[in-house]
Amino acid sequence: MPVMNYIQALNSALNNAMEEDERVVVFGEDVGRMGGVFRVTDGLQKRFGEKRCFDTPLCEQGIVGSAIGMAIGGLRPVAEIQFMDYILPAYDQIANELATLRYRSGGQYAAPVVVRTPCCGGIHGGHYHSQSTEAIFTSVPGIHVVMPSDPYDAKGLLISAIRSEDPVLFLEPKKLYRSAKAEVPESPYEVPIGKAKRLREGEHVTVIAWGVMVKVCEKAVDAVAEKGIRCDLIDLRTLTPLDEEAVLSSVEKTGRVVIVHEARRNTGYGAELAALIAERALLSLEAPIRRVTGFDVHCPFTLDPYFLPDPPRVALAIEETARF
Amino acid sequence: MTAVQPLQLLSPEGGASVEPPEGLDPERLLSLYRNMVRLRVFDRRALNLQRQGRINFYAPASGQEAAMIGSAAALEPQDVAYPTYRESGVCLQRGMSLRTMADQLFGNARDLVKGRQMPNHWSSREHNIVSISSCIATQIPQAAGTGMAQRFRGENAATICYFGDGATSEGDFHAGLNFAGVFRANTVFFCQNNQWAITVPVTRQTAAPSIAIKASAYGFEGIRIDGNDLLVVYKTVREALEKARSGGGPTLIEALTYRMGPHSTSDDPRRYRTEQEVETWRRRDPIERLQRYLEARGWIDAEQVERIAAEAKEEVDRAISEAEAVGPPEPETLFEDVYARPTPQLERERRELLDLIRRGVVSRVTHTPIRGS
Ligand SMILES: Cc1ncc(C[n+]2csc(CCOP(=O)(O)OP(=O)(O)O)c2C)c(N)n1
Ligand SMILES: [Mg+2]
Repeated sequence: MPVMNYIQALNSALNNAMEEDERVVVFGEDVGRMGGVFRVTDGLQKRFGEKRCFDTPLCEQGIVGSAIGMAIGGLRPVAEIQFMDYILPAYDQIANELATLRYRSGGQYAAPVVVRTPCCGGIHGGHYHSQSTEAIFTSVPGIHVVMPSDPYDAKGLLISAIRSEDPVLFLEPKKLYRSAKAEVPESPYEVPIGKAKRLREGEHVTVIAWGVMVKVCEKAVDAVAEKGIRCDLIDLRTLTPLDEEAVLSSVEKTGRVVIVHEARRNTGYGAELAALIAERALLSLEAPIRRVTGFDVHCPFTLDPYFLPDPPRVALAIEETARF
Repeated sequence: MTAVQPLQLLSPEGGASVEPPEGLDPERLLSLYRNMVRLRVFDRRALNLQRQGRINFYAPASGQEAAMIGSAAALEPQDVAYPTYRESGVCLQRGMSLRTMADQLFGNARDLVKGRQMPNHWSSREHNIVSISSCIATQIPQAAGTGMAQRFRGENAATICYFGDGATSEGDFHAGLNFAGVFRANTVFFCQNNQWAITVPVTRQTAAPSIAIKASAYGFEGIRIDGNDLLVVYKTVREALEKARSGGGPTLIEALTYRMGPHSTSDDPRRYRTEQEVETWRRRDPIERLQRYLEARGWIDAEQVERIAAEAKEEVDRAISEAEAVGPPEPETLFEDVYARPTPQLERERRELLDLIRRGVVSRVTHTPIRGS
């Protein structure tokens, strides 16, 4: 099996999807001729033609708005927003239009659109190339939100997303684009939307993360293991719909939980997880629920190492939770 | 700058010498006249229903019948329409029954959109009428996308996108027209410039001499027409649709018209516009204008006029009383259609609600929404 990085895995998924379904069209800013600023769509225009992979005008609400219309017109659009920081002009089209279409039409219309976008920090991008604003989308019903943490899941989830009957916001932590590598089959396969994955098994503490933070947590979990603290590490992979079973069964076993996300703490998705655990597994808890997150500031340029949770910070939180 | 003169076939006097455009024979004209009358009757009844407290809201179409019926009459069944909340006439002309339209006003169990939207948000896949969002202008880039898909798939079909003068100030107007121009989408943009966006006059939306002129910034044709002239509306839209279907790209049509009533049941137009202005437009009434023309040509007589009006009243009354008799949708439908299949979370929430109802904690919704509710 070939080893691929995250970009190559996504590119392989797009190749597979465009081969198997001629309704699939891929577009966005600099996506066609140049193959995307991160090269995710590299070679697609050459292979499938300008009709199926193309550059759009520089207009995020136009990209998502037209994608909705294309889906209504029978295509399977995969739209790229160049950076998640620039998705806000399209927020109305996503939250008010795309996510509501099936419901507000009484099930008569649906728009199976995939919106892909690079997210999160760690590349010294300052506030405008670092945000992870998944929580403003997880509160919207009618759209799935996924954030895979490795190339194998990235490919399988992207194929599932493109085949899905529902819209999917597909978040790609750009820090993983070249750094994450894995064995990835050339042929298409699905990783199901809505299923978490357990990466480490242990009975002392449950650690929950997604995206780049999964890599950070792997290091932290391995570090505390040397001190005899064994953790369940859960990679959510999909944020909505949440795999509640994976979260709750682990917390019921360990009674201790650390939630790690790169997004700011205030009203981050970790708050939802903490609330879920408090509501449904409170009596299993033996320590307060702990969050390790970005600070409630705008992601800085020079000082972003302070902002982003790193393995020592996570390890400390795990240790304190284990000893509580 | 002087206002750009709109294209017109039928003057307000309804000149008998004008020949109807291709596609409109006397029989078809009569059926369009009939639909304009049905629409006006429906509109008045709906306003009254709200005033009587029997429905919660309504946004009337009166004054815009020629623009709505004429444009929709030019559509072929395979063409896709993106209406706004004001386009009752488009739904009617595309074949939605008065009963189905009334069901939507009540939000009852038979409503095609399952009581999920306020009155005026009709949608019917069967009639190629896409779901309406209350958000102004969001449908414009979507309609561009559907026109792009039609072109991509080589379909002999076009998309018509309805919006008002106020919508042209939104970013989505620019986004949609720009995409349609760049990709030569099979889309016809049909702006009903009814002079007002709630209380704001069109002069506050743009300093340009017309809305039609904006098309040139997107690389396609813009045409300003008299929107109260059924003949010119039909002809212009039909030609633009044919052009779009045959790969000729988009067109922006600005139909000058007037909203004779309030914006909706929530405002009083006497507070922001003069009786004189309203009177000027009353003299341009689209139904009377068509009727004078049909009479002058000898295609309708007084007896038919009366019969059409009487039948419309009876039909509308029947549709409304039938719709009013239907109760609200069942509580479990609340959780349908969020996704193709309900998530485990939605399944649990459905059980939670049904349990609360069963235990009498939450009372069942027994009536469709009424005014002030
Ligand atoms: C994005 C957005 N902003 C504001 C409103 C509130 N609103 C509803 S209708 C309307 C005026 C629309 O005017 P126009 O586009 O001319 O259409 P008309 O009602 O005259 O048919 C406004 C401001 C809205 N629905 N959506
Ligand atoms: Mg208006």
